[in-house]
Amino acid sequence: MALRLARSRLLTHILRGKIEALTTFDGVSLPNLIPIWFNSSPANGNDTCRGGSLSNTRNFCSLPHAGSVQANEILTQDDKGSISQVLDFPGGKVAFVAEMRFLAESPKERISCYRVLDDSGQIVSGSRFKEVGKDLARKMYTDMVTLQIMDTIFYEAQRQGRISFYLTSFGEEAINIASAAALSLDDVVLPQYREPGVLLWRGFTLQEFANQCFGNTLDYGKGRQMPIHYGSNRLNYFTVSSPIATQLPHAVGAAYSLKMDKKNACSITYFGDGGTSEGDFHAALNFAAVLEVPVIFFCRNNGWAISTPITDQFKCDGVVIRGQAYGIRSIRVDGNDALAVYSAVHAAREMAVSEGRPILVEALTYRVGHHSTSDDSTKYRPIDEIEHWRIARDPISRYRNWVEGNGWWSDADESELRSNVRKELLQAIQVAERLHKPPLRDLFTDVYDQVPNNLRDQENLLRQTIKKHPADYPSDIPL
Amino acid sequence: MLGLARKKLGSGNLPSLIGDQVSRRISPITSVLPRFLSGSTKQMMVREALNSALDEEMSADPKVFLMGEEVGEYQGAYKITKGLLEKYGPERVLDTPITEAGFTGIGVGAAYHGLKPVVEFMTFNFSMQAIDHIINSAAKSNYMSAGQLSVPIVFRGPNGAAAGVGAQHSQCYAAWYAHVPGLKVLCPYSAEDARGLLKAAIRDPDPVVFLENELLYGESFPISAEVLDSSFCLPIGKAKIEKEGKDVTITAFSKMVGYALKAAEILSKEGISAEVINLRSIRPLDRATINASVRKTNRLVTVEEGFPQHGVGAEICMSVVEESFEYLDAPVQRIAGADVPMPYAPNLERLALPQVEDIVRAAKRACYRSVPLAATA
Repeated sequence: MALRLARSRLLTHILRGKIEALTTFDGVSLPNLIPIWFNSSPANGNDTCRGGSLSNTRNFCSLPHAGSVQANEILTQDDKGSISQVLDFPGGKVAFVAEMRFLAESPKERISCYRVLDDSGQIVSGSRFKEVGKDLARKMYTDMVTLQIMDTIFYEAQRQGRISFYLTSFGEEAINIASAAALSLDDVVLPQYREPGVLLWRGFTLQEFANQCFGNTLDYGKGRQMPIHYGSNRLNYFTVSSPIATQLPHAVGAAYSLKMDKKNACSITYFGDGGTSEGDFHAALNFAAVLEVPVIFFCRNNGWAISTPITDQFKCDGVVIRGQAYGIRSIRVDGNDALAVYSAVHAAREMAVSEGRPILVEALTYRVGHHSTSDDSTKYRPIDEIEHWRIARDPISRYRNWVEGNGWWSDADESELRSNVRKELLQAIQVAERLHKPPLRDLFTDVYDQVPNNLRDQENLLRQTIKKHPADYPSDIPL
Repeated sequence: MLGLARKKLGSGNLPSLIGDQVSRRISPITSVLPRFLSGSTKQMMVREALNSALDEEMSADPKVFLMGEEVGEYQGAYKITKGLLEKYGPERVLDTPITEAGFTGIGVGAAYHGLKPVVEFMTFNFSMQAIDHIINSAAKSNYMSAGQLSVPIVFRGPNGAAAGVGAQHSQCYAAWYAHVPGLKVLCPYSAEDARGLLKAAIRDPDPVVFLENELLYGESFPISAEVLDSSFCLPIGKAKIEKEGKDVTITAFSKMVGYALKAAEILSKEGISAEVINLRSIRPLDRATINASVRKTNRLVTVEEGFPQHGVGAEICMSVVEESFEYLDAPVQRIAGADVPMPYAPNLERLALPQVEDIVRAAKRACYRSVPLAATA
């Protein structure tokens, strides 16, 4: 605070002293200070990327550096030793310009999108990415398929009335699995709700998923939440919470805690395009930059927030463009390209942890399924649009082509995997369905750390009532 | 001032009562404090009490850290966090950008991961901008996650009316937060309360809403050596009987405790012995102490600064009706703020808040005396 006051006093002094100089400015115009966005030159394209690994990842973010290099050059050219052309403002020197020029509301070109595999699963020539070995590649593939099958079967189960609700991740399997694969188990995950694949990757079993959906006695959530609100402390995946984007500031707080502990880990938080409209998005990104914490903001831009298309959600170039507004390094990536997502998150994690900074990743994708089982998306979007993304842009088949191309997967493997997963899932559902519900005691625990007296009294009263009127209490629910 | 409609205000009252308030603010209320604080020679301001509590808890546990607007370099908007930035550094005393929703969410996230944040709201009026995080992210998380996400966080700051700050800076949130299962809500009055309850709040594994009062910050109270010890802690959920009595029970919290004590003094001169209960804890409410007192006195007056409807007094009344109905000899009297957004002009503000004479009149109503009797021993 004291520092800021000192600077502003200097500022007033400069302004007062130099007003004269400014008014006698001789009309020699500074070269047009092109807004930073327009300097999206090839600088961030291909000049400094070497080798197959993203060792020099900083160059993907040379935009601010390009801008400030430009500003310096302007100053030296016109430098007469006086500071009349520059304002020493908190945050850095600001060059003056005689021409009144508004920053355009959108850049001439949209921010480009990083991809590694083309639509048919071939590596794009000249692409740089983090190599993936056979075992890792296979696990990524099998988990993507498992996620898809799990979604299919649970969705059907809801339609059959066996669970009350479900939410699929169709079309976003690459985002789920590839991002999880690039993280370590120490990295803390704060999901929205369309990221069960991250849990799957970390080892959550199909039975554990089923238990939560059925709200049975083995549910780690003790039957307290709707289906798909998974959580696992053991796997560092914070329990899903329904309100949109509240997990963003949480992630910043968790990252702050990791920073204070000096851990070799980051936090990662997922959210959709709709979530970026919440106030929490703004607060979290701003704060993360100010506090300098290791957090990855991963936006699944899948085109739809229930029935709201992104054209109704924001008017700017998606989500990636907002990163710089907060002082956050950002990247746009093809969300249906497993290798691109893997590379980007890997690089993001490196930067976040080693430099203690937030990173914004916008993955472009498409929500192939309905928002949830309470939605019928054919009511607000064309069926051929859905089909196009479901088939022509399927992340799983695209990645499969690459894995098979390396000789790491076969048709036999495919049919074996699919039938095994399906069998395991149906079994898990049967078991979960038959298990009894959580006991009555679980109604009253965990409101506080210790059960308070009033709840203890209520439980006693309830048990007495049940004893007195056994016919009114369902016989299949444990006490 | 619910009793206003029934009584015409004498013109002579206003100036003298303002003067009364001013002098009350600079001189501590020593005469009505219980005499069992033996050997109490040291005086401590509530502000100092809070500061020392924060200091000691931060020193004892490296996971405790502070967050809020102006808490660091500015030494705290009300100087409660004075000196702490210098002592503990910017990692543990965070000056935040202006986003209550942001820093509350961040505090909760840090608590999920094992830190113990103490989040300051410049006033609890601004906490409404963060209330989703307080309720949906903090209060409910332990339950919804079945114990996996615990939230050992404290939300603190001034609550209720100050002086001449208008509607958006004067609301009392005790009833709002006490409504929610999963939260604990504390309201200190004296310096002892401030120290003991804040320490308890910081040490508690559950989310705690700690409602202070701006006008009490500068008030001094006598304090014993026991209270000054760094291990001193008050239990959460226990009310304190500030003054024993036998004719009528008066419950109050925060600044109103001082008013209730003054009212008790006036009542005692008129032969009514009032028992004043300092609630200290709004959630959990110390129903046992309240009911025991009502069973003794058979009459109850609840006092609070906040709006009357769905307020703390309503809950206390219901608790007494549920547990001690047969012991009541008179209807429960409720004193609360006027059911209007707080006006600014000093005369209107005074009318919108409970005053000592309102409490006196209510006690008398409970005792079926609207005319003072001759003083009895």
